[in-house]
Amino acid sequence: MSDGTIPPGPAPKSAYFLSHEDEEVERRTLAVIVDNEPGVLARVVGLFSGRGYNIDSLTVAEVDASQHRSRITIVTQGTAHILEQIEAQLLRLVPVAEVIDITNSKRGIERELALVKVAGTGEKRVEALRIGEIFRAHVIDTTNESFIFEVTGASDKLTQFVDLMRPLGLVEVSRTGVLSIKRGKEKG
Amino acid sequence: MTTKTKAKPAADAAETSTPRMMTGAQIVVEALREQGVSVMFGYPGGAVLPIYDALYGQDAIRHILVRHEQGAGHAAEGYARSTGKCGVALVTSGPGATNMVTPITDAMMDSIPMVVITGQVPTHLIGTDAFQECDTTGITRTCAKHNYLVTDVNQLARTIHEAFYIATTGRPGPVVIDIPKDIQFATGPYVGKAGILKPTYVPQTQPAPEAIKAVVDLMTKAWRPVFYTGGGVINSGPRAAKLLRELQAVTGIPVTSTLMGLGAFPASHPDWLGMVGMHGSFEANNAMHDCDLMICVGARFDDRVTGRVDAFSPKSRKVHIDIDASSINKIVRVDVPVLADCAEALEAILKELKARKAKMPDLSAWKEQIDAWRARRCFAYAGSREVIKPQYAVERLYELTKDRNTYITTEVGQHQMWAAQFYHFEEPNRWMTSGGLGTMGYGLPAAVGVQAAYPDALVIDIAGEASIQMMMQELSTAVQHKLPVKVFILNNEWMGMVRQWQELLHGERYSHSYSESLPDFVKLADALGAHGIRCDDPAELDAKILEMVTHPGPVLFDCRVERAENCLPMIPSGSAHNQMILGEITGNEIGEAGRRLV
Repeated sequence: MSDGTIPPGPAPKSAYFLSHEDEEVERRTLAVIVDNEPGVLARVVGLFSGRGYNIDSLTVAEVDASQHRSRITIVTQGTAHILEQIEAQLLRLVPVAEVIDITNSKRGIERELALVKVAGTGEKRVEALRIGEIFRAHVIDTTNESFIFEVTGASDKLTQFVDLMRPLGLVEVSRTGVLSIKRGKEKG
Repeated sequence: MTTKTKAKPAADAAETSTPRMMTGAQIVVEALREQGVSVMFGYPGGAVLPIYDALYGQDAIRHILVRHEQGAGHAAEGYARSTGKCGVALVTSGPGATNMVTPITDAMMDSIPMVVITGQVPTHLIGTDAFQECDTTGITRTCAKHNYLVTDVNQLARTIHEAFYIATTGRPGPVVIDIPKDIQFATGPYVGKAGILKPTYVPQTQPAPEAIKAVVDLMTKAWRPVFYTGGGVINSGPRAAKLLRELQAVTGIPVTSTLMGLGAFPASHPDWLGMVGMHGSFEANNAMHDCDLMICVGARFDDRVTGRVDAFSPKSRKVHIDIDASSINKIVRVDVPVLADCAEALEAILKELKARKAKMPDLSAWKEQIDAWRARRCFAYAGSREVIKPQYAVERLYELTKDRNTYITTEVGQHQMWAAQFYHFEEPNRWMTSGGLGTMGYGLPAAVGVQAAYPDALVIDIAGEASIQMMMQELSTAVQHKLPVKVFILNNEWMGMVRQWQELLHGERYSHSYSESLPDFVKLADALGAHGIRCDDPAELDAKILEMVTHPGPVLFDCRVERAENCLPMIPSGSAHNQMILGEITGNEIGEAGRRLV
């Protein structure tokens, strides 16, 4: 039997059997452009839970009322193989128009907004205000004993801000989840 | 960025100036009629009464009344698989809809075009836990290709047409339309199907030319190539099967197929390898394992096909032609992905081959090797004069029906695999079986659906005595609608495949796999108004099969077979294609890792 002239391909890889432990898990931000129709968010979220993918952060809002288009920003993680499947599975959903991979380290900008309520008096109150200034946080509500800060930035900056507020009387935090857009003049 | 290509706007959405006004129920019937639906399957109930009223007294659409909604779904599937058209089922809200979940999932797994219309409680009652209310769109969201809850009668006609478009194009699948009762009563405009498009849904059917060139490059260099074909070739339509045969004739490449793809390539062809996979042929599995080029056409590397994936076809380059991008590189990494409709891709490959006038490699050494595998005669079994061997029963059934206009459906289990191994198909759309979901109870209602499409054909459900009991009430449907389906039960008194796995995996501890208290199938047939036949003697088998075949009405055939027969050959779970069990099961075939798999 001849040995054939086709050079051997790469070893087969698969979702079954093979352990993915040695494969690197990447974090990925995806913008999913969808028809804003009833149930579309449930379809997208259901796909993630049904197929065992992770959602680290999720934001959604209509971005083009005339075309009924919404933008869902999902932060997820997985191996390269899983991430490829996530994108393909998302595109398989009927109301999904586009999946844009916007990952922070590459071509995208990511921002998140947090509302942070801090209560305290005396030196702690002054310190909270000073740190707020350092982070360019706006005070959007104040009483004699509390502030609400509005702060935007990359997610880790917000986390850092919240951590700093913790000893200063942090009451509660509300965060939007990650929003993202691509750099440069081009659309997604 | 990955974008679906923009759909072109309708050339001319030939709108009439004043649309016809009608009730929602009439819109449903009119839309079905315009979509060319001539047969549908269903079961009435409170939330679909207006639609049933609109069906009354019209004769454009034949409605087959089933006995259980699940039967309506499988019948629609059988109809769709045998005709290539869209199957249609109509059921009521609540239990009607939940009973449809299994066939919807079944159609999703096997990519069968189906439109399911479910009634829903009136819009003002949705969310109140009303009588026979369930969240149909919520329940079917992940098991259907798409679904709709229609809350505006003005959108109803458009939605139905869109549902047909989505169900039948791209990778086909089931689409559910949930219609509240008040929408069925409300009056709205009828919109025709012309120009219905969904901008976010644009299946890619044409292959990329570079991909086709890459495929042909590999084909002209491969010494041990194999075609691995699947249900996609059937779904793509008769043209795809024809092109597959042409391409095979030009290249001489041997062909194997998944369970779903049987019939796309003629089983009588010398280059047919038989089915691939867990209960496939020795030659097909070894060819898959040892090939240097695998050309997958419309199959999806299912775990029943691949066996142990990290030992799957280790030496080959792989081409995968599929219309669904998510199927490519899902289980097995391939070298050349071809995102396209099978027929378009096959045609493009043929054209490219002809344009190059390339000399194909000499495959004679490869075919000699294949013949050596064939010589193992992997489907051989010990015959008997005393008891009917199940393999023998299917062999005789094949011999006695192959020259007729025959369609075969099956239930799920050992009998299904024996049917796949011993019944041979020359043409596509002749073989209806639940492959992906593996739904026991599929076969009889599917046969009802096939017979409704082809009233004069011979439609046989090859069944097991356990599976048939899951949907046997549908024999009554067959009697009522004069659909002369034949149910050929391989009765071994066991859930045979469960018993076989218990023998293999659980030290012959046969936990709850023996069918106690079986009905007397002959009397049961009598009770339902069908004809019953029993056979337990190999010498009488032929005569009784002919009695079944020539009987003008539905038949329930109780074929008593060897009880402990195992379905072989078999790739035990966790094993590779070249580790098939050919002879007897010893109980030590499956390792620790394999035991944890399904």
